[in-house]
Amino acid sequence: LFSFFFFFFFSVQRKNAGASGPEKYTEAFIKKQIEEFNLGKRHLANMMGEDPETFTQEDIDRAIAYLFPSGLFDKQARPLMKHPTEVFPEQRKIQWGEDGRPFHFLFYTGKQSYYSLMHVSILSPEAARGPLNLAGSRWLTKIELEEMLVEKMSDDDYSRFIRLLEKLVALPCADLEEKYIQKFSKEVPAQLQKVLIEPLQYDERGVAFSTGEGRRKTASATAVVYDNGTGKITVNGIDILHYFPVLQDREQLLFPFQFLGRIGKHDMVCTVSGGGRSAQAGAIRLASAKALRSFVTEKEVEFMRQAGLLTVDPRVKERKKPGQEGPRRKFTWKKR
Amino acid sequence: MLRSLQGLVCRSLKLDHGCALHTAARGGLSSVSSQDVPAENLRAVFHTSESDPAKHTEQHEGRLYNIPLEEVKAVFPHGLPYRFQQQIQTFNEARVMVRKPALELLAYLKGSNFAHPAVRYVIYGERGTGKTMTLCHVVHYCSRQGWLVLHIPDAHLWVKNCKELLQSSYKKDRLDQPLQASVWLKNFKSSNERFLQEIKTQKKYMWGKQESTEEGRPLGEVVEQGLARVRSASDAVGVVLREIKQQSHRGSFRLLVAVDGVNALWGRTSLRKEDKSPVSPEELTLVHNLRKMVRNDWSGGAIVTTLSQTGSLFKPSSAYTPQELLGKEGFDALDPFVPIPVPNYSPGEFESCYGYYLERKWLQHEKAHTEDGKAELRFLSGSNPRQLDRLAGPL
Repeated sequence: LFSFFFFFFFSVQRKNAGASGPEKYTEAFIKKQIEEFNLGKRHLANMMGEDPETFTQEDIDRAIAYLFPSGLFDKQARPLMKHPTEVFPEQRKIQWGEDGRPFHFLFYTGKQSYYSLMHVSILSPEAARGPLNLAGSRWLTKIELEEMLVEKMSDDDYSRFIRLLEKLVALPCADLEEKYIQKFSKEVPAQLQKVLIEPLQYDERGVAFSTGEGRRKTASATAVVYDNGTGKITVNGIDILHYFPVLQDREQLLFPFQFLGRIGKHDMVCTVSGGGRSAQAGAIRLASAKALRSFVTEKEVEFMRQAGLLTVDPRVKERKKPGQEGPRRKFTWKKR
Repeated sequence: MLRSLQGLVCRSLKLDHGCALHTAARGGLSSVSSQDVPAENLRAVFHTSESDPAKHTEQHEGRLYNIPLEEVKAVFPHGLPYRFQQQIQTFNEARVMVRKPALELLAYLKGSNFAHPAVRYVIYGERGTGKTMTLCHVVHYCSRQGWLVLHIPDAHLWVKNCKELLQSSYKKDRLDQPLQASVWLKNFKSSNERFLQEIKTQKKYMWGKQESTEEGRPLGEVVEQGLARVRSASDAVGVVLREIKQQSHRGSFRLLVAVDGVNALWGRTSLRKEDKSPVSPEELTLVHNLRKMVRNDWSGGAIVTTLSQTGSLFKPSSAYTPQELLGKEGFDALDPFVPIPVPNYSPGEFESCYGYYLERKWLQHEKAHTEDGKAELRFLSGSNPRQLDRLAGPL
């Protein structure tokens, strides 16, 4: 059973990108892939002990990650099992009939979908309600549009299309065609909406405090920031002057408080482990910035985010490659 | 108009406690930025015109007093920290802050009974908190009072980095250090001229086969002998110490033994003999004699010592308590003593030091003049005097 499933799994995977010329997937081929995918999905559900009828794509992803654990950094390099329409790029069906006559009237322009879009006909103008609200949305990018139309276009064509859309929006009866226009626009989610800010907690003395966690390289830190303080900071039970003798590390700790103008107002107790002195300082900085979010207005949180105080530093030690002495350093080149 | 009001405010509040004055005057000063406030008003807040340490009380706590430069040269030929000497040269004045540990020590000294054996005081604290400066404050007080001051600037200099070690002619198993001894004798001579004429030797001393010092000669001659013949400098030091100790309880003068880095006397040395075996401190003449001085078997004075981790050998950098730095041997030798801890700057002292740097235009950065800059300095230095000094340097 396992080998059967394995065969399905490998056949669903994308063929290697080094193949010559663009891939031509026939409709029959795609249909077969879809059948195999569904069958493989049921097998996988069976293997995991779940109900095959209600096995969603998320369950599939989780199951594959469990069965084939991979430590690769690039998510796209890891084993994946998705519906064939997501894996194989869309291909244009044959656009002419058996007699060689094309279906679309604009076929001989070369870019039939593009020109058909450019010649949009608006329905009869009824009483308009008001102008369209396009705040928080953006037009499709050129690549997204190409994907939608399954047709290549030049930058010039794309800019003409965008101008057309803008003109459409500017017309008085734009809101009637809202649905049509929304096909070509995407929402821009505001960054902050995804992040929850925890409320302040209060300890026995009645002093407000809040916790935050941070990581940098291999160091992880937790910080508890108390209100009504004198600016005293303790790390692992030791005063920062003794734990961080180097000025640079103390400046890193100072940064979130200085940015918000709250240098002498909070006390902090942190624990940190792992990493080196700079990594620990960076981890505590992130943890304290996250903890300070609860004390501060939303606008200031947005300022902190833009200053980079709330971003996890993604830099980690790069792996050493074989045939080289380090991640980038090559062996000494000898002429002979 | 504003200036005269400020002047009135400052003068009327002058007699209050230092801290309250700082916070009140800060409000007045920060409203008028940089140049406009006249120098006398600023001076009144952080400085005190009382330059006699005998008259320093809690009123003067946190304030800086001025030592005239001639007195500095006379009283401190050696003994001031190097960075402080550089600061004296830069600012052209010597300002020392009056702090609580020093006031405490001065109170003890004023109230001590000199018929009893000498009390030992050990000043200890973390690195860079001001122990040596406290010692110098006390030394200044004693020299103003007319005491004979025996100031050893750093005992660690005698147990490490010694280029020449001679075998002592006096005792076979001891080692002499001619260079260190002669340097110390020169400084001692320049600070205590008049005593060297008054004190007379009580015994005849032989320096080698031909030279000798008769009984009843002034001590200055012994010192000259030590300086002229460097080989016998360590023995000259030993003689000086012994004479002074014997004559101190007679009452003609008071003796202050001020040793900085006393933990060097009981630690290990980094010196080696010619056969590469390590030298222990007892084998050095200078250390041996100094240990005798620090014993409390004499009366008519006081012994004030400082512990120092900075120059110490083979001790962890986090050690600062007497037990850790002195070791068992040293602790037993110095026991009983009066410990005097020296903490970091209190908020008032920090304000006063910051104000002094501002007034002397040492802080040139424009952000350093603001309240935020001050808070930043306080955070980054952790109110540690040495850290603050190093931070303020590049600004």
